[in-house]
Amino acid sequence: MGLRELFDKKEFVVTTEIPPPKGVNAASSLDIAKKILGRVDGINVTDNQRGIMRMCSLAFSHLLKEIGHNPIMQVCTRDRNRLALQSDILGAGALGIENICIMTGDHPKLGDHPDAKPVFDLDSIQLIKVIKEMETGVCMSGKRLESFAKFFVGGVANPFFEPFELELIKIKKKIDAGAEFFQTQPFFDRESLEKFLEDVRGLNTKFLIGISPIKSIKMITFLNEKVLTKKIPENISKRVEAAENQTEEGIRIAAEFIREIKGMVKSIHIMPIGIESYLPYLLDEAGL
Amino acid sequence: MAKKKGVVMIITKQKNFDDLLGMMDGQESVFIVGCGECATTCRTGGEREVAEMSAKLTEKGKTVTGTTVINAPCLELDTRRVLRQNKDAVDKTDAILVLACGAGVQAVAEAVNCSVYPGCDSLFLGNVFRHQHFYEKCSTCGECVIGSYGGICPVTRCSKSLLNGPCGGSVKGMCEVDNKKECVWIAIYDRMKKSNTIDRLSKILPAKKHSAGTIPGRVINGA
Repeated sequence: MGLRELFDKKEFVVTTEIPPPKGVNAASSLDIAKKILGRVDGINVTDNQRGIMRMCSLAFSHLLKEIGHNPIMQVCTRDRNRLALQSDILGAGALGIENICIMTGDHPKLGDHPDAKPVFDLDSIQLIKVIKEMETGVCMSGKRLESFAKFFVGGVANPFFEPFELELIKIKKKIDAGAEFFQTQPFFDRESLEKFLEDVRGLNTKFLIGISPIKSIKMITFLNEKVLTKKIPENISKRVEAAENQTEEGIRIAAEFIREIKGMVKSIHIMPIGIESYLPYLLDEAGL
Repeated sequence: MAKKKGVVMIITKQKNFDDLLGMMDGQESVFIVGCGECATTCRTGGEREVAEMSAKLTEKGKTVTGTTVINAPCLELDTRRVLRQNKDAVDKTDAILVLACGAGVQAVAEAVNCSVYPGCDSLFLGNVFRHQHFYEKCSTCGECVIGSYGGICPVTRCSKSLLNGPCGGSVKGMCEVDNKKECVWIAIYDRMKKSNTIDRLSKILPAKKHSAGTIPGRVINGA
């Protein structure tokens, strides 16, 4: 069942994220996936996340599907031009992948191949629109497709972008282009989430609220300095720092937060960056 | 020397001297050409830099057969004329080192038969902000879209050349690629907000026609 149907049928939708391996053997990544089979509604497959080269999201999405998962294939526009992007979308359709999440992607300078040519031939909005047009039977050049598939296409949203009005313009454009769901950047406090939900109230789309369990105090420092606009609350930093096992404490904090917001939102997206093996524990603790 | 001020120019930086020596390995004698326009303003290929380069190459055992600073090496006919005027020195040299942008290097190469080397790396088309401060604002993409963005070019000034809004990766208003560079989308937003045209940003703008950035590679009649 694709995510679209799950959103219609389920009261609470949970997706998570497993990066493809940096190699050809996907066994250990698939082992993690097998342990959460039946416990999550979709697994997001990152596409050279943070510009770090790994197995392609198309192949790993297919491997996940083979073991019974519902993959959400991420496609970023950083590495491929419009020909390559469209041909991968056709490939995804042929392999029965139903969900696609589109994003621009981090610049290659931030990744492990900083000398790579940044492509960015299309932006995320243009690609979402192209996929929706492909569904009508034509590719970007206007040429007819012999066949096509229907996808559940989504994008990403950054609730902490300032000025938020500009982010909201972009979210609305993605919806206009055909995005039906959004994965958000991670939230760490209820207040920020309440504000975001208020800001996006009335938009005809689904937000998978980002949850990121903290691995260590080092990760908090990194996120605060390099990634997040809004810093992780101090009470979380203090708890993680004081804990005997920082990762387990981070998992418990995330689980508590999921329980706290469960009544407020209809779907979450768990991003356990680097601690995917803790997913069963997190789901247990969160009562999912 | 005609030095124009306040014009857009090709910004260059001199190559690392050791890399330059490596590149010219085996060339005993060198003739040095500088540029009286952009490379003079950038202080990468003016009279002073040509003299300094001459001294450094001599110190490393090269024979400098001569030097000249051409008003604008990219004016190809002028370049040919100046090199003809320096025929004796040019005929004697194993190689010519050009302290100018890639366009200047190639204009020189067209005019001579010996090996020609670039002494500079060409960086971007720069507006001159103030003395020795250059700002890339146009990347000559072949299809100007500035009208849709309040007079600011996201093709050039957004690190990802996005056309429909910011990537969301900026941190505290600064670009994810360079924390000294402001996210141009915030500048576009501020400007369009002030001019009450922010609604225009809601329109989905189509993908860029990269075929318009022609890279012609042949003589184009500008008329």
